[in-house]
Amino acid sequence: MSKAAILNRRSFMVASLAGGAVLTLDASVVLGASAPGAQPDVLNAFVRINADNSVTIGAKNPEIGQGVKVMLPMLIAEELDLAWEQVIIEQTDADEKVYGIQTAGGSSATPRNWLPMRQVGAAARAMLIAAAAKQWGVDAATLSTARGAVLHKMSGKSLTYASLAKAASAETPPDLAKVALKDPTAFSIIGQSKVGVDVPKIIKGEPLFGIDMRLPGLVHAAVVKCPSHGGTVVAIDDAAVKAIPGVIAVVAVNSGYVPLGKSDTVLIVADSWWKASKAREKLAVTWDDSAVRGFSTAGYEKDAAGLLAHAPQTSLFKAGDADAALANAAKVVKADYEYPFLAHATLEPQNCTALFKDGKLEMWAPSQSPGNGRAETARVCGIAPEDMTIHLTRIGGGFGRRLLHDFMAIAGQAAKALPGKPVKVLYDRTDDFRHDFYRPAGWHRFSAGLDASGAIVALKDHFVTFAKDGKPIRAAEMAATEFPGPVVPNVDYGVSYMATNLATGWLRAPTSNAMAFVFQGFLDEVAEAAGLDLPELMRRTLGASREIPGGRVPFHTGRARGVIDAVCKSAGWKGRETGRGFGFYFSHLGYFAEVVDVTIADGAVKVDKVWVAGDIGSQVINPINARHQVQGSAIEGLGQAMLGQKIVQETGVVTAENFGDFALMRMDGVPREIAVEFVKTDFPPTGLGEPALPPVIPALANAIYSITGKRHRRLPLEMI
Amino acid sequence: MSIALTVNGRKRVVEAETDKPLLWVLREDLDMPGTKFGCGAGLCGACTVHLDGEAVRSCQTLIADAAGKVVTTIEGIAANAIGKRVSAAWAALDVPQCGYCQAGQIMSATALLKQNPKPTADDIDGWMSGNICRCATYLRIRAAIRHAAGLPAEIVDAGQPSGEQMA
Ligand code: FES
Ligand code: FES
Repeated sequence: MSKAAILNRRSFMVASLAGGAVLTLDASVVLGASAPGAQPDVLNAFVRINADNSVTIGAKNPEIGQGVKVMLPMLIAEELDLAWEQVIIEQTDADEKVYGIQTAGGSSATPRNWLPMRQVGAAARAMLIAAAAKQWGVDAATLSTARGAVLHKMSGKSLTYASLAKAASAETPPDLAKVALKDPTAFSIIGQSKVGVDVPKIIKGEPLFGIDMRLPGLVHAAVVKCPSHGGTVVAIDDAAVKAIPGVIAVVAVNSGYVPLGKSDTVLIVADSWWKASKAREKLAVTWDDSAVRGFSTAGYEKDAAGLLAHAPQTSLFKAGDADAALANAAKVVKADYEYPFLAHATLEPQNCTALFKDGKLEMWAPSQSPGNGRAETARVCGIAPEDMTIHLTRIGGGFGRRLLHDFMAIAGQAAKALPGKPVKVLYDRTDDFRHDFYRPAGWHRFSAGLDASGAIVALKDHFVTFAKDGKPIRAAEMAATEFPGPVVPNVDYGVSYMATNLATGWLRAPTSNAMAFVFQGFLDEVAEAAGLDLPELMRRTLGASREIPGGRVPFHTGRARGVIDAVCKSAGWKGRETGRGFGFYFSHLGYFAEVVDVTIADGAVKVDKVWVAGDIGSQVINPINARHQVQGSAIEGLGQAMLGQKIVQETGVVTAENFGDFALMRMDGVPREIAVEFVKTDFPPTGLGEPALPPVIPALANAIYSITGKRHRRLPLEMI
Repeated sequence: MSIALTVNGRKRVVEAETDKPLLWVLREDLDMPGTKFGCGAGLCGACTVHLDGEAVRSCQTLIADAAGKVVTTIEGIAANAIGKRVSAAWAALDVPQCGYCQAGQIMSATALLKQNPKPTADDIDGWMSGNICRCATYLRIRAAIRHAAGLPAEIVDAGQPSGEQMA
């Protein structure tokens, strides 16, 4: 993304002010819904100053383990000039009218909030300075701030923020767009490692997560879902279930995936979830899944092979004449690549708690995108969005699963069916595996042509993916500008579509987690044909430092080259070597190059070390958390490739039941070290939840190839 | 039926069906939600507690089999000297990401150090591999166990926070 585009993002925030005044700013200075006089002083929606000079800062985005609950308050605290010890972090409710976008997705929190959250802090600081200037009768320009106090250097006087807060809250908030921000050299919080705010509670087992919600009179719902996606309820025989003591109700609901008026899920509500769950075996449901029983993994594979044998159905990107260039190429490289459907498998199963009372719906939702969750719940439940209150809980893993809101829609309907009773809906692990929004599978048929100098002169890709009504379904698309298309003279990217009944969705680094493997794996083959290693082929193909068209944002070849050079230097990359592989990918505004070292012993592949170099712009906001995100992403990518992860479908039904069928990385598969470095560049800071994941997969595949001499073109990798 | 057991040093009597897993007795009947439900099948370790000092998966432990026994959960682990060191190491190294698996991780790690105070790297990997961390905090779990055991860090990580803590 260009600098200008990011800078202009500030207009996304809505202005509203706690004391009833509405700011004319394009950012919010809310300060929660505090009753006048009864509460500590609120300077805006995010900042409340307490009597003891501690400052409560609202964290607006859902926390899924990405560290945003610390990161966003760091931005505010920095510009408010606080000592970090003064800061008390509080999760806000979901209210995009007050807080702006509250989505945990797309690694977007940093680019979206880098300026607005700092402006919020700076605006509050300006109001405190204005109040002090009035009190002392001095020019505001002579005042400074430090560690939660306003200082008048000339006289040596100082006032704590707490003593100024009441007066400051009556000040007119400054224009956020004009408020002065610190020079980065003056940062004392941004760029310093801050540990997780909830860690003290986590290590004591205190309730934090959606699944931990407790309310007086809470009842519990277990779900019975149509085994095949898209099937609906024909008849329910619940007599045996209702006879079980403690069972309160049996309710047919719609997860949002089938047309309104139909049901694809039946809830058993009881005074205990364990009881409700056990009662499921006594429930008899007749389903109509005739329209979806024909879908299967074997069927997709057969159909994909059939489609690949023909010309693509539609063109995605064309430049020059790829066929002619291939015919004249000095060398041609051809290969097919593929990857499977994947589940998210968040460790906390999907759940949501809801209470419907007096026509209003109150929810406690582990949602990554509560604005969308509100809209979806309103749609499916037939409730006005403004009649809903959504509280955000800490979330036991997101990875994109909780960007889609079946669990909220279901909980809303359960609550509506039982007015006045709070209901917690909880999936078990099998429900969670079988009713996910999966990363879609895909197939690619490549050919590349090289000229006598080894340069890529032609590139063709026939991509087979899933579509509905002629459009790729969610997360099944490919960017027309997929690298190296834009820098190759003759390109033909074509697509063919097939149908699936599975719901698909965004899995951490969506599309990129597959495309990186496919393109960087194939480019390693191309590099070898050119007599090069992949870093060198990348350097030559990237060419001079410049911006070229990218998927949604431009792609900067100089930044790509920067991380490639950095990781090669750190890892001591010396060209093709046995046991090493390289991968690069640009996604979610982050440039990442990675080297993986593997050994094969006793027929098993072991990853010994991973090196990562990333460019996320001018500033790493919270270095410790940044490293954790990168390391976790790399391990997740290794897990996708090495452990046989694949969602298999038979007669419309996903077969995975538990972690035995879909393995996650465990400690004995984790490398001893993942070395992380950041290459600083003069671009606005961007996010880290995702972009470190994609390149580790091709780096691993390429490393295994360097030992076995056998190309790995299919995920999950066959491990020897 | 009525079942008596000791949980975190307190005698408790619960009314529960005999086949109810200890996990759900803790979460629902004893109002102790620190022990987590991840798989219900003994595969993830999120529900790990100590039963008479041994790490067990509470989703696979029927309440009837816990009758008369001593249960320690994450809520009570800091009362134990090793558990306290382990929890402190978890905080010092900022181990959790989402945090959901961490109760089980701490319970497993404490059980490891109880019976093997100076585990090797392979001991740690072997013992801890029953606990899934979907966020993949494994490098820090390893480091925190070594830290709690008083062993030198395996990898010197330049970016580790040096006593710098959240207020
Ligand atoms: S919940 Fe018991 S092992 Fe997973
Ligand atoms: S910290 Fe999220 S599952 Fe371990």
